Amino acid sequence: MTTEAISSRLPTGAIDTSGPRGPRPKSVTIGRIGVYAFLILSALFFLLPLWVMVVTSLKTMPEIREGHLFNWPALLTFDPWLKAWDTACTGRDCNGLKPGFWNSVKITALSVPVSIVIAMINGYALSFWRYKGSELLFGILIFGAFVPYQVVIYPLIIGMRELGLFATLPGIVIVHTIFGMPILTLLYRNFFASLPIELFKAGRVDGAGFWGIFFRIMLPMSVPITIVAVILQTTGIWNDFLFGTVFAGRENMPMTVQLNNIVTTTTGIREYNVNMAATILTAAVPLVVYFISGKWFVRGIAAGAVKG
Amino acid sequence: MTTSVSIKDLSLNFGNVKVLESLDLEVAQGEFIVLLGPSGCGKSTLLNCIAGLLDVSDGQIFISGKNVTWDEPKDRGIGMVFQSYALYPQMTVEKNLSFGLRVARMPKEEVEARVKRAAEILQIEPLLQRKPVELSGGQRQRVAIGRALVRDVDVFLFDEPLSNLDAKLRNDLRIEIKRLHQRLKNTMIYVTHDQIEAMTLADRIAIMKNGVIQQLADPHTIYNKPTNLFVAGFIGSPSMNFLKGDLNGGTINVSGTPIPLTNYAFEQQLNGAAVLGVRPEHVAIGDEARKMPFQVESEIEIVEPMGADTVAWTKLGGQQLTFRAAAEVHLEPGQKVLIGFDPARGSVFNAETGNRI
Ligand SMILES: Nc1ncnc2c1ncn2[C@@H]1O[C@H](COP(=O)(O)OP(=O)(O)OP(=O)(O)O)[C@@H](O)[C@H]1O
Ligand SMILES: [Mg+2]
Repeated sequence: MTTEAISSRLPTGAIDTSGPRGPRPKSVTIGRIGVYAFLILSALFFLLPLWVMVVTSLKTMPEIREGHLFNWPALLTFDPWLKAWDTACTGRDCNGLKPGFWNSVKITALSVPVSIVIAMINGYALSFWRYKGSELLFGILIFGAFVPYQVVIYPLIIGMRELGLFATLPGIVIVHTIFGMPILTLLYRNFFASLPIELFKAGRVDGAGFWGIFFRIMLPMSVPITIVAVILQTTGIWNDFLFGTVFAGRENMPMTVQLNNIVTTTTGIREYNVNMAATILTAAVPLVVYFISGKWFVRGIAAGAVKG
Repeated sequence: MTTSVSIKDLSLNFGNVKVLESLDLEVAQGEFIVLLGPSGCGKSTLLNCIAGLLDVSDGQIFISGKNVTWDEPKDRGIGMVFQSYALYPQMTVEKNLSFGLRVARMPKEEVEARVKRAAEILQIEPLLQRKPVELSGGQRQRVAIGRALVRDVDVFLFDEPLSNLDAKLRNDLRIEIKRLHQRLKNTMIYVTHDQIEAMTLADRIAIMKNGVIQQLADPHTIYNKPTNLFVAGFIGSPSMNFLKGDLNGGTINVSGTPIPLTNYAFEQQLNGAAVLGVRPEHVAIGDEARKMPFQVESEIEIVEPMGADTVAWTKLGGQQLTFRAAAEVHLEPGQKVLIGFDPARGSVFNAETGNRI
């Protein structure tokens, strides 16, 4: 006997059909209110300083001295922004943040691709072309991630000086590449390790070699993880202060260092509005990167970036 | 018949772990060999050695008469199909099929012709422009087979190609692989741990255990004349009954029940502890049993109806005995039935060594 036969013989009126049906209505619970309250408060906590910075940067100095920290400017002015960008003084030079910005662009634009390409090849070799001692090498590399920077800076300065690269653009790029290597290699190795090894074997049977498999099979698959790497490196290198101060030299001083110089240079009065504008300008690049790439970042992480 | 793949004295270690030890295997041209064995016995390892994906620790491998021990996989004249399909996810089916040919810088027309032919044989022409994610499991496996097909190789290597598929699809594709073999007449070496696949596809089956080939023979011989207790127990479902007893002058005494082994083709003489193996499907009951050389009254303990037939559990001389009966025969626990079998169809093993006698 089939089930249809059974159900068709049941009297339909026997069941009360007036009860709940379809999706359950959403109710506002205490818990939910609590969660939202917490989220709104935390957002305020982090946004308030930003608000203060923005309004301060748009006020004139006399208005700032009145001391109404949170108020919208009575007299809106963009002069502090122009000054921060173009004419603010760091020591004797009065060119604003502009040169620093372009230096940072140069450093970032070179360091990010160089470090990522090397890390990618490292990770690929370490996960697919296991050779004697590759595990040891990986261990050492990971250990590198835990060595405090301060320990290596002095020897690195000597090394760079001997190579004639100290205080040059290639010098700072090399430094960023070295210090990005442990985390980036780990990222790529784990990503490649999460791919089935049979994919690699199939490539070999099909006759592709080390570079063939890398470029034609692995590279197209590593787009999501590369987006993560680009974001990590771009923001990391842009925000760097220590290496920039030490290794870049006066010619290639990045924006962060220049910002510091502007803020700490005290010739006469402290121009809070210019300082605020300069700070926002410097932070703008990583902020924009986060806003644009947030979605991709999450997608990349979900694609196995943090697996293994 | 010419030899297609010949493995001589092959050993492979992973560090201290010896996975394969002095293994020899000769595969004839056009033969379908199945490597069958429990998980971890070294089947995939052996296949990877043949493919050149693993460096051997010792020994030699010849393919089509050429020593390929040190050759790269692409130079060995092999194609390989993997369990996880291993299709290149960013490429369309067409690009997947042609990848090996493009790497080898084959002229474009030739590539197209070969892809077309492979797609025709495997009936995947409508799928050529799709990406692997847009395919079902069965379609993916076809593409994976096609990738080996286009390369026009002498030897196909399959590593459990069907074990990711559901039962129905597995049956369909099994038939297709068999058809493909009959059409192409390539040498095929096929790894599986599914004994149905092994029995249905193979010209010869190599049963492996701990990296050693236990028996290499055609399916009929493997089934009827297993060379040792491991092979006997591994092949067949439900598995062979093993009745332990004392062998003396052609009669085995199973816990007080003497079973005369008349007409059994002994390969060697032995008196002492032995094991009589009887396939459940060789045991008859009722009127059929009366015609058998050996008969005994026994009580049914458990009945398992399987649909096509029924498996019943009983005891002989205190030892477990299962048998297969036609589905129409009514059996129930506690029932006393007459069962019988022909000991000459069974297998007798030395209890100490486990080898057939
Ligand atoms: N890379 C490796 N390093 C160390 N040991 C390994 C490695 N690969 C396999 N082994 C070991 O070698 C043995 C044989 O493995 P293999 O993969 O050949 O088994 P298999 O017969 O294919 O099993 P399955 O049916 O599960 O696929 C196993 O014991 C396994 O643990
Ligand atoms: Mg395997």
